[in-house]
Amino acid sequence: MNNILVANEVSKQFGSHIALNKVSLEIPKNSIYGLLGPNGAGKTTLIRIINQIIYPDHGAIFFDGKPLQAQHISMIGYLPEERGLYKSMKVGEQALYLAQLKGLSKADAKNRLKYWFDRLEIGDWWNKKIQELSKGMAQKIQFIVTVLHEPKLLIFDEPFSGFDPINANLIKDEILQLRDKGTTIIFSTHRMESVEELCEYIALVHKSEKILDGKLSDIKKAYRNNIYKVGLGIQSANGLLEDLKDKFEILSSEYVDDGLQLNFTVQLPSDDTGPFLSHLSGKANVNNFMETIPSANDIFIRTVQSK
Amino acid sequence: MGKLSLIIKREYLAKVRNKSFVVMTFLSPILMVGMVVLIVYLTKINDNEIRTIGILNESNYFSTDFQGTESTSYVKFKDIGLEAAKDSIQKMGFYGLLYIPNEQDLEQVASRSFFYSKDAPGSSLLDNLEDVFEDRLRLQRLQELGVSVSDFESVGNNFEIKTATFTGEQNLKGITEIKAFIGGAFGYLIMMFIIIYGGFVMRSVIEEKTTRIIEVIISSVKPFQLMLGKIIGTSLAGVTQFAIWIISAFVMFGVLILVFDIDPSALNSGATNAPGLIGGAAYVAASDSAMQLYANELFRIPWIMLICFFVIYFVLGYLIYSSIYAAIGAAVDNETDTQQFIFPIILPLMLAIYVGFFSVFNNPHGPIAVGFSLFPLTSPIVMLMRLPGGIGEGGVPIWEVVVSILLLIITFIGIVWLAAKIYRVGILMYGKKPSYRDLLKWLKY
Repeated sequence: MNNILVANEVSKQFGSHIALNKVSLEIPKNSIYGLLGPNGAGKTTLIRIINQIIYPDHGAIFFDGKPLQAQHISMIGYLPEERGLYKSMKVGEQALYLAQLKGLSKADAKNRLKYWFDRLEIGDWWNKKIQELSKGMAQKIQFIVTVLHEPKLLIFDEPFSGFDPINANLIKDEILQLRDKGTTIIFSTHRMESVEELCEYIALVHKSEKILDGKLSDIKKAYRNNIYKVGLGIQSANGLLEDLKDKFEILSSEYVDDGLQLNFTVQLPSDDTGPFLSHLSGKANVNNFMETIPSANDIFIRTVQSK
Repeated sequence: MGKLSLIIKREYLAKVRNKSFVVMTFLSPILMVGMVVLIVYLTKINDNEIRTIGILNESNYFSTDFQGTESTSYVKFKDIGLEAAKDSIQKMGFYGLLYIPNEQDLEQVASRSFFYSKDAPGSSLLDNLEDVFEDRLRLQRLQELGVSVSDFESVGNNFEIKTATFTGEQNLKGITEIKAFIGGAFGYLIMMFIIIYGGFVMRSVIEEKTTRIIEVIISSVKPFQLMLGKIIGTSLAGVTQFAIWIISAFVMFGVLILVFDIDPSALNSGATNAPGLIGGAAYVAASDSAMQLYANELFRIPWIMLICFFVIYFVLGYLIYSSIYAAIGAAVDNETDTQQFIFPIILPLMLAIYVGFFSVFNNPHGPIAVGFSLFPLTSPIVMLMRLPGGIGEGGVPIWEVVVSILLLIITFIGIVWLAAKIYRVGILMYGKKPSYRDLLKWLKY
């Protein structure tokens, strides 16, 4: 079984509002999976169903090959979008409580908390109350209690909203290390660019439906559009641009460096760049030549528009 | 340790460690005692003020009738006009002037007498003055009828009808009220507990929503577990508080007895020894034996049965109401939005207390009393007011108790089920103040 989580035609309706419409997903083990889509697309609903906070009207979820059950709660770590901690409770006590709710024994939880507190260098916070900590400090605690019970599946809903940049980086690194240790991670966000670089797999959700999913590199390959960015070193505006415009589809162009460099984007008919490059050779110096790879956001917009 | 007990423990500790809870727990009994002392003290100050009243007596009567007391002293004016007397009263700062004109006979003197004062006089002062007139008039009329004072007093005017049940047990006048009062105390306790600790439950739910920890928690436990744990934990904190209050009340009572050297047995007899004006001795003797009967009757109240039922009605009633409170807390974002939902909860509680005090006291087995002691939202309070009268013959019929408890259990299951549904949806809703229609919609999610 290579998928840690499989969703099979999951539907959920709130009153007259359809939150999820037959959404199917396969989340491979030991991967970072991006659940992407605009606000209100149904991501949080799906995540809440995975966390058994709410239940689907139709369809089924399988965790590690078995239908999702109450006992799976202790194998999932969840950092919700709406997150916080008890303000007037002490840090250590609170972390212990939340860890025990996830099924850890008190002694176990204590040892692991010690490890994490040392690791993030916050050991002396144990007896402080949350209200005495800064927001960034509280975020570290929040992260620790999410991963403390060493879940097989970690779910982060809008993980970097509210985290300051330093903590965001720190947590990014920790997440990558967890992935290397075998944890599967789901990122859910509407800011697609924020997690794109981390994700191996993505699913795009729009208006309660999944519109696209798969390996990010495959998707990008499929959505290649053979557009290239080119920078040419030239002596003067000697009619080269006009010549190129005759032969190729130039999308945009500009002269920079006092007319010594011509930058343009070109739409090639196929992914064979040979004819284009050989046409240039001898005419100008190719300073840079780069394929423009569509971002998840571009892909999303194109997919939505093509529907 | 099970998750539920973890939650209960946390809620309990969070509550009892709360500073305001600790302060309330230890300060309230002191405040209560302080209030009583203050009230007694203020009343004393009030009584200690001696009022001076001028008397302008132009008649031939009442020359010796007005005798100064602890709170009033009289000054007699002579050979001076009414207006001049009023003037000098004001100048000397006296409280008022009693004017008794010179008329032909006592009746007319009395009816033409006047009391002048700067402010409207207090009723106790007027009563005292009127008593003097009344006694004098009565004496006069008795003399006219040819009856001697001693004859009149020996006649007496005190009579109580004796009552008994058909089985021959003697009933005591007022015992029904006393019993209802004991039940009323239990009912009142339940109401206070529900309002105070239901409010705590509600605030605790709102706190979890505003700190946004709620979703972290319900990804580990079921919302219903959290709700139940919260209700139980908070009520255990409440029971702790009440226990501390009761113990400290006993301790303070003990201290009072030791410090002021009060004889506890004197407390009871002292209260009944307010002898009537007429026929004192016989009456006292009668009331002593009545007291014994009352005491017997109080001992005959089935206390153990009463406490058992108190626990049953308390637990069920509290669970019903506090789960509604929890649902309200889940539905709103902040406490100011709770008002519109809280009023309908308080209403049946208040109704129960008022129905209890007015209707059950008069007739513990009347239709209103029966109805409200069956209706589940009021039965915990009203039934407890009826129960000190016993169950079965002469008391509450067994079927009524059974039906009321059954209805309560059914309501309990239904309300907790509904409240849990609203709770489950509400805790994940942010940002808008729900209407009743929204709540209905949530039930279908």
